[in-house]
Amino acid sequence: MAPHDLRRPFKRPAISDQQRRRDLSLLRQKQNRLDAQRRARCLASSVLSFQSEPKSPSQEQSHFELELELEIEPDAEEHQGPATTYDVRQASKLRGTEARRWFAKQLMLPEWMIDVPPNLNTDWYVFARPAGKRCFVVSSNGTTVSRLRNGILLHRFPSALPNGARINNVSRSGQSYCILDCIFHEPDQTYYVIDMVCWAGFSLYECTAEFRFFWLNSKLVEVGACDTPSTFHKYRFATVPVYNCDQEGLQTAYIGPVPYVKDGLLFYNKHAHYQTGNTPLALVWKDENCSEYVIDTDSKGQVPNQQQLVLELQDDGRLATSDDPSVIFGWLNEDFIQKTGLHAGNLLRFAVNDGGLSFVDGKLEKADLQYLGQSNRARAFADSYSKVMFQYIVRHSPLKIEHLFASIGPLGDGDIASHDVEMAA
Amino acid sequence: MAMEVTQVLLNAQSVDSTVRKHAEESLRQFQEQNLSVFLLSLSGELAGEDKPVDSRKLAGLILKNALDAKEQHRKYELVQRWLTLDMGVKTQIKACLLQTLSSPVHDARSTASQVIAKVAAIELPQKQWPELIGSLLSNIHQVPAHVKQATLETLGYLCEEVSPDVVDQDQVNKILTAVVQGMNANEVNNDVRLAATRALYNALGFSHANFSNDMERDYIMRVVCEATLCPDVKIRQAAFECLVSIASTYYEKLAPYIQDIFNITAKAVREDEEPVALQAIELWSSICDEEIDILEEYGGDFTADSDVPCYYFIKQALPALVPMLLETLLKQEEDQDLDEGAWNLAMAGGTCLGLVARTVGDDIVPLVMPFIEENITKPDWRQREAATYAFGSILEGPSPDKLTSIVNVALNFMLTALTNDPNSHVKDTTAWTLGRIFEFLHGSTVETPIITPANCQQIVTVLLQSMNDAPNVAEKACGALYFLVQGYEDIGSTSPITPYFQEIVKSLLHVTDREDAGESRLRTAAYETLNEVVRCSTDETASMVLQLVPIIMTKLHQTLEAEKLSSDGREKQNELQGLLCGCLQVITQKLGASEPAKYAFMQFADQIMNLFLRVFACRSATVHEEAMLAIGAVAHATGPDFAKYMPELYKYLEMGLQNFEEYQVCAVTVGVVGDICRALDDKVLPYCDGIMTQLLKDLSSNQLHRSVKPPIFSCFGDIALAIGENFEKYLMYAMPMLQSAAELSAHTSGADDEMIEYTNLLRNGILEAYSGIFQGFKNSPKTQLLIPYAPHILQFLDSIYMEKDMDDVVMKTAIGVLGDLADTLGSNAGSLIQQSLSCKDFLNECLSSDDHLIKESAEWAKMAIARAISV
Repeated sequence: MAPHDLRRPFKRPAISDQQRRRDLSLLRQKQNRLDAQRRARCLASSVLSFQSEPKSPSQEQSHFELELELEIEPDAEEHQGPATTYDVRQASKLRGTEARRWFAKQLMLPEWMIDVPPNLNTDWYVFARPAGKRCFVVSSNGTTVSRLRNGILLHRFPSALPNGARINNVSRSGQSYCILDCIFHEPDQTYYVIDMVCWAGFSLYECTAEFRFFWLNSKLVEVGACDTPSTFHKYRFATVPVYNCDQEGLQTAYIGPVPYVKDGLLFYNKHAHYQTGNTPLALVWKDENCSEYVIDTDSKGQVPNQQQLVLELQDDGRLATSDDPSVIFGWLNEDFIQKTGLHAGNLLRFAVNDGGLSFVDGKLEKADLQYLGQSNRARAFADSYSKVMFQYIVRHSPLKIEHLFASIGPLGDGDIASHDVEMAA
Repeated sequence: MAMEVTQVLLNAQSVDSTVRKHAEESLRQFQEQNLSVFLLSLSGELAGEDKPVDSRKLAGLILKNALDAKEQHRKYELVQRWLTLDMGVKTQIKACLLQTLSSPVHDARSTASQVIAKVAAIELPQKQWPELIGSLLSNIHQVPAHVKQATLETLGYLCEEVSPDVVDQDQVNKILTAVVQGMNANEVNNDVRLAATRALYNALGFSHANFSNDMERDYIMRVVCEATLCPDVKIRQAAFECLVSIASTYYEKLAPYIQDIFNITAKAVREDEEPVALQAIELWSSICDEEIDILEEYGGDFTADSDVPCYYFIKQALPALVPMLLETLLKQEEDQDLDEGAWNLAMAGGTCLGLVARTVGDDIVPLVMPFIEENITKPDWRQREAATYAFGSILEGPSPDKLTSIVNVALNFMLTALTNDPNSHVKDTTAWTLGRIFEFLHGSTVETPIITPANCQQIVTVLLQSMNDAPNVAEKACGALYFLVQGYEDIGSTSPITPYFQEIVKSLLHVTDREDAGESRLRTAAYETLNEVVRCSTDETASMVLQLVPIIMTKLHQTLEAEKLSSDGREKQNELQGLLCGCLQVITQKLGASEPAKYAFMQFADQIMNLFLRVFACRSATVHEEAMLAIGAVAHATGPDFAKYMPELYKYLEMGLQNFEEYQVCAVTVGVVGDICRALDDKVLPYCDGIMTQLLKDLSSNQLHRSVKPPIFSCFGDIALAIGENFEKYLMYAMPMLQSAAELSAHTSGADDEMIEYTNLLRNGILEAYSGIFQGFKNSPKTQLLIPYAPHILQFLDSIYMEKDMDDVVMKTAIGVLGDLADTLGSNAGSLIQQSLSCKDFLNECLSSDDHLIKESAEWAKMAIARAISV
């Protein structure tokens, strides 16, 4: 409880010469930095000689060597970059199951829209999803490869993408690869590019959707990827028209004509980065007007009487969705597992019985399920929670286009806020 | 076990160092083996009435140290450790502590109250130990005086340790009631009253609500004022300490009490014992501090409503206050100038007088002049010294108009006194007063010059002569010379000092060699003055400055040759090395700034660098810092040739960048890395991996002082600008750090001024990094690597623009970054830029700025954007 020292400086200048030396040094450094900036911006004339000084070949040589020698050893924990960015080139060389497993994890998977996100009209884009196979298209080392969501190879072909064919890569380095998120549309044999993940060697993972779409639209045309097919460009690429999700945008995406068969609408949050796996920042929504595939069909193309879903069997017998963290729909008892010879990791198909799904406070409490058998082996994942939910509400009380319009209509959030301001004033 | 602890604790205080060390080791092992049992034993020991007082005290002290530490990291660890301790153990310990408050042994009680406060500081913020305050308060009413005293002491420590926001107002009210009742004149036991008064000092920070309530405030003030009249001197002193704290914390509530406060303080200053009188003077100094701050804010911005209005208490009290302070000036102690730690009535009074002058300005002059005139020629040295001190004290504050004519008369008198007065104390104060005259009334901004061609020679001569006087006088003479030459800082190409330059330098060097230069800080003052002489010199004397280089180098060399020093000798040697490196730094910077002088200076560069590298072998932070600053100046002067020093210098750079504890060294080293980047350009590349690694570690460290972080970001820019596209490999590390720092610094809502200032420094650093990186990559085939970062950077610019709280420096740098982005990315970013707010509103605002640097950057940005979007 000592009170403060009450002695004050006596007969002393308030600033020490040492501090003055520091301050003056900082001032000089600041001025020097300013000068350096000005030189860089060519604002000061003294620069020209400075900058145009040609580098001697010996200098160039030594730089090259130094670069080889001095690979920085980063502290792995502290500075982890997005690993996906740096593995892509190696991954493109992967074959077989390795490749499948790797690529299967790289796509951003939209959740199904089971309620309308806030600020739909300001923060979201909307576009009509082309019907077809979702796939990754990778161009590198003079060839282009497309892989389905489960990692299976779709096509290997030359393309006009950077480094996508042997002809056009003369000036490009090995670094220059591309990764596009596409839907292959069978009827016109076209890859509709719905997102761009890497372009000519630089990563767009950490960029917002706003930027990725902007980039996609300007770059794809530029390289000639949208041209009609030719020897060195086997499939046509096309962009899809993306709209701000306001009344007009939603209307156009919903009923406007497109050169492809529609399969629902995709909603992308403008500020979201490209995030692999399930994400609520990209959403898919469907109804009968914009998709032939609203309700899941069975292997024969028939809509089954009961909703079916695929869940993953876990170590402890629980049945989980593909979400992270997963949602548990129930469990199988040990006897049953042993009898049927199932083991953890199996994807199992169930039907939803009459008991349906029950919810308490918006959370799944109980599911009345009936085991049907193991799922198709081509499947890589269980269903996501949002998919099960969407399928469930489609069969019971679907989220209709009117609801979407209503949420961005004159009664939207923004307008309510401005009403408040008026009332306060 | 318990018996054993007592003996070990006693042994740990043994005079026999073997016994002591053994005991300390046992305690350490005990603690490591079983912390819970260890702490329990200690609390049992502290509570044990049958235990010796010494073991009880030490037990309490070790407990206290197990709960808190000065070092932040350690403190955090200890807090976490306590929180994870078994609840039952903690309950037992706390019970022991509370029980000890009732001990008849004073030292045991007192130690327990400190430990309780430490536990409270950890637990109350966690909503634990909710019954503590209640149980302390219940002690107050029922028990013997010594328990009451210990309880109040505990409440005092508690208020000191615990943040006010974790105690609810209801409990604050009860604490205050108990404390103020304990202070009351009805309290017959002085120990209780003293503990209560000291507790109030700490509780004041909790009392905002109570000070807003007129009745409660009146009551508190009445009790405090009454306590200043208590017969017990310790209580009077403690009560004044409360008043001082109230004056600064609750300045705006003082008006109703100011007359009483004046009466009480005047009586104390004139009649009471020194410790009390000093507090009474401090009270007025504190009020001055408040009013100076408030008036400065008024002055800064006429339109803004200042939060607290100025009540002009000092101005109103002036006619009574000034005579009271003048009286104190006559109460000097013999030889007070020789005692570094001295603080007495005369010193406090003069200091307060100086603050009053700064608060009221011109009004003080007529009140002090009669005192000066009456006393300055008296035979008693006390009167002459008091008069001179009074004069020196009022030189800052009043306008030059008011002072110039008086100073013109006084100057001659002072010069004569400095030469002829028989008393060293008078000469000391006279030389100091001359320094104050030159500091405040001499220089390019003062209209009527005090120093003219007619008196300049006399002044210089007197000051140089005075440098041969006693060390304390000589030191003040050096100080006066410092401000004399500083007044000619921006004189142009011809300085009135030039004719005396050689003589001044010679005299100062002579002073540094005086046998007694170690006394009264004399050597330091001489070197500092020499530095200022060099800084303020003109081209006319450049050759003489150059001649100083080998002289200072020789002195530095000599310090490096000295061997086998005692620890005291080593400390002095370090100090001297620091001064010499500082001097070389100032000289280098001066000569490096002019082309012809620079070339002449370069002949010494090898030798100087050689010396600095040897200095680094010494392990003193100040020396390290001074040498590093000097090296920055050498790098700047040397340019690309500096590369030859790098192989040897590098490890010291690395050491400097790793110096978290002495963050000044780290900061200075960061700045020097910038110097080196600019000097070497791409030749710095071989060292960049190491430097970048270190800088990135610095940024991720929460040990490093935050003030170093903005310069580190700027340094990224320096490096990128120097090595260009080679910065590529650092992008993946630097960019995420910049991005997260940018996000942190984008919004300042709710921050105080200090935080906003820091945020702006941080923004500036981040933006300088971006600038350097963009410009470094310009015209490189790798510019595309930067494209993914562009959206975020533009967003950052937009958000700090929207935030509307950036200063001019940030504005200039920010708009420059917009230009750099456009310049380097060109059409790649054209439409992105067009979508940003920055390229419209922000750019326009900068284009119409009055600040020419902002305007210049904005025009550049406009041009670069036009090019980017036209393609």
